[in-house]
Amino acid sequence: MLSIKNLQAGIEEKAIIKGLNLEVKAGEVHAIMGPNGSGKSTLASVLAGREDYEVTGGSVTFEGADLLELAPEERAAEGLFLAFQYPVEIPGVSNINFLRTAINEIRAYKKLDPMSAKDFLKMVRERSKLVELDGGLANRSVNEGFSGGEKKRNEIFQMAMLEPKLSILDETDSGLDIDALRIVAKGVNTLKSEKTASIVITHYQRLLDHIIPDFVHVMYNGRIVKSGTKELALELEAKGYDWIKEELTEAV
Amino acid sequence: MSITTEAMSVKDKLRKRLATSTAISGKIQGLQETAFAALENQELPTTRDEYWKYTRITPFLKKDFIPGQPETTVDPISYQIEGLDCYSLVFVNGVYSEKLSDLPSGDTLQLRPFSEMTVAEIAAQKNHLGQLAEFETQIFTALNTAYATDGSFVSLKAGTVLEKPLHLVYVQIGNQTGIQTRNLLVFETNSQATIIESHQSLGGVEALTNTVSEIVVAANANIDHYLLQYIGDNSAYVGSTNVIQENDSQYSLTTLTLRGRMVRNNTNVQVNGTGCFTQLNGIYLTKGKQHVDNHTLVDHLQQHCNSSELYKGIMDEQSTGVFNGKVFVRQAAQKTNAFQSNQNILLSDDATVNSKPELEIYADDVKCSHGSTTGQLDEEAIYYLRTRGIGEAAARRLMVQAFVSDVVNQIKVEPLRQKIEQHIAHRYEGLS
Repeated sequence: MLSIKNLQAGIEEKAIIKGLNLEVKAGEVHAIMGPNGSGKSTLASVLAGREDYEVTGGSVTFEGADLLELAPEERAAEGLFLAFQYPVEIPGVSNINFLRTAINEIRAYKKLDPMSAKDFLKMVRERSKLVELDGGLANRSVNEGFSGGEKKRNEIFQMAMLEPKLSILDETDSGLDIDALRIVAKGVNTLKSEKTASIVITHYQRLLDHIIPDFVHVMYNGRIVKSGTKELALELEAKGYDWIKEELTEAV
Repeated sequence: MSITTEAMSVKDKLRKRLATSTAISGKIQGLQETAFAALENQELPTTRDEYWKYTRITPFLKKDFIPGQPETTVDPISYQIEGLDCYSLVFVNGVYSEKLSDLPSGDTLQLRPFSEMTVAEIAAQKNHLGQLAEFETQIFTALNTAYATDGSFVSLKAGTVLEKPLHLVYVQIGNQTGIQTRNLLVFETNSQATIIESHQSLGGVEALTNTVSEIVVAANANIDHYLLQYIGDNSAYVGSTNVIQENDSQYSLTTLTLRGRMVRNNTNVQVNGTGCFTQLNGIYLTKGKQHVDNHTLVDHLQQHCNSSELYKGIMDEQSTGVFNGKVFVRQAAQKTNAFQSNQNILLSDDATVNSKPELEIYADDVKCSHGSTTGQLDEEAIYYLRTRGIGEAAARRLMVQAFVSDVVNQIKVEPLRQKIEQHIAHRYEGLS
């Protein structure tokens, strides 16, 4: 589904991603962990198409297409979704209007007719239950005045509405209490299928108790330096990252 | 002083062009003479006048204006608000059209053009006409007071509720038309009405509109006033709306400036009663070399009143917006809550806004706030919308709609609100 080969990217002359490789297949959940500043969020931004970042080398193929050639909205229409670490507040744009515009723009991209108001509202009712989002929040402005937990649940709600093939969760668990974390994880697990895949970026192993990854990668200094299964996450939680840094130093 | 000489000549020429022999003020003893004297004593404003600092009006006053003749071929569809069931008083180039107007009859209300009132009927309004609109220091008001021949007279007796909105329509057709209309709206105790005043260009260029309204809102009356401005791309407009409110009255004015080369709105509200509510909202959308200037004054003279002002501007290309909002809270006006905000979005590097909120407080137990912001569309929010599949143009349009939504959503006349929403959606369809 997603194939990243020797990706190099940075911002204003500063290299952040320095030759990153990653293969994600349908049905898989990949966790990316790593210390602060290792480039995890930059990777998420580059994949979503944030224009501040410049790709200086390598390639990213998504469902056979050159992802880096696509505008952010085209990536979304092709089935890529990024749950933001810091969801943006947009006063004056209601959640409902926002999602309806998004769904119909994506449908237009796929040359489909707009979704009927009835079907749309039915979908809103069903999917908002998934993340236990109060019906009132749907009519409020996007993320405006939402608590931290509500914002993150709103991200998963949007994911549920847009039905992406590949979801990237950028530290969706940061700052969540255990109840909100369970709700978010339940949402992600319900949406999981053989046809979809997820990349879960996190600092904390705790999330991986609820969203079980097939693979765990450790990112350090712009590269994936170690990959393993979910046991690797437990080891990281227990031992921190220093032993990996030491391994790397020894290897050099 | 060559500038003064030039301004003098522009003034004299303008005066000569707009002079008439059938002025409304001529029917009230001494009023027209006083206006003439006021005209003699004043010059056209320059940008050295504080009140006109950011608005250079004189270049728009130099044409050989022709006071308008009635146009017989106006299609009502061209100025009506779709889906609005309303009464209407229609003026074409400043001249009343009975044929196009649609008026109710009744003992407790009068909706009439001045041109159909007798001398005695007009003279009976001497306590109102020329009393609220200050012309000793306002030359455009003096010009209007001296020469305006027609306009709307609205009188609602105590307790009268106007069942349908009243649309006061001022359409302008033809080149270099000079239009001076004068309106007097008297709402007696406990009356209620919705007034939509629209100034619309249906073609023609380089027209000048100079309009003055005086509005009396008596005790416990409740008035919603909408001022819709769709002036020609090469035309200028100077308007003055002067309101006095008595105890427990509510007055709301929403100024919607969608088009016009040069638009200046002077809005003055004297809150001369206790327990009043005053709301002034505005949207101004500009492009090209357009210039829109809103000057507001809310004068709190008595206690326990609330006022709220929210003006939002979106300036594109080389256009300019001006906002000057003054709130006075007099010593007697304890327990006043006054809120004022002006917010602007600049869509181009060449667009300008001059924003000056002012607050003068002489009472010690009040809550007042004012503020002004100017910025660009939030690029972070646009990126967020794009990651959800919304194209860049649609994302920018959504952001623009969101920016003005708090004013738009307060428009209580549904067909008017829809018209504004459609205008905005269409206007900002292809933003990049």
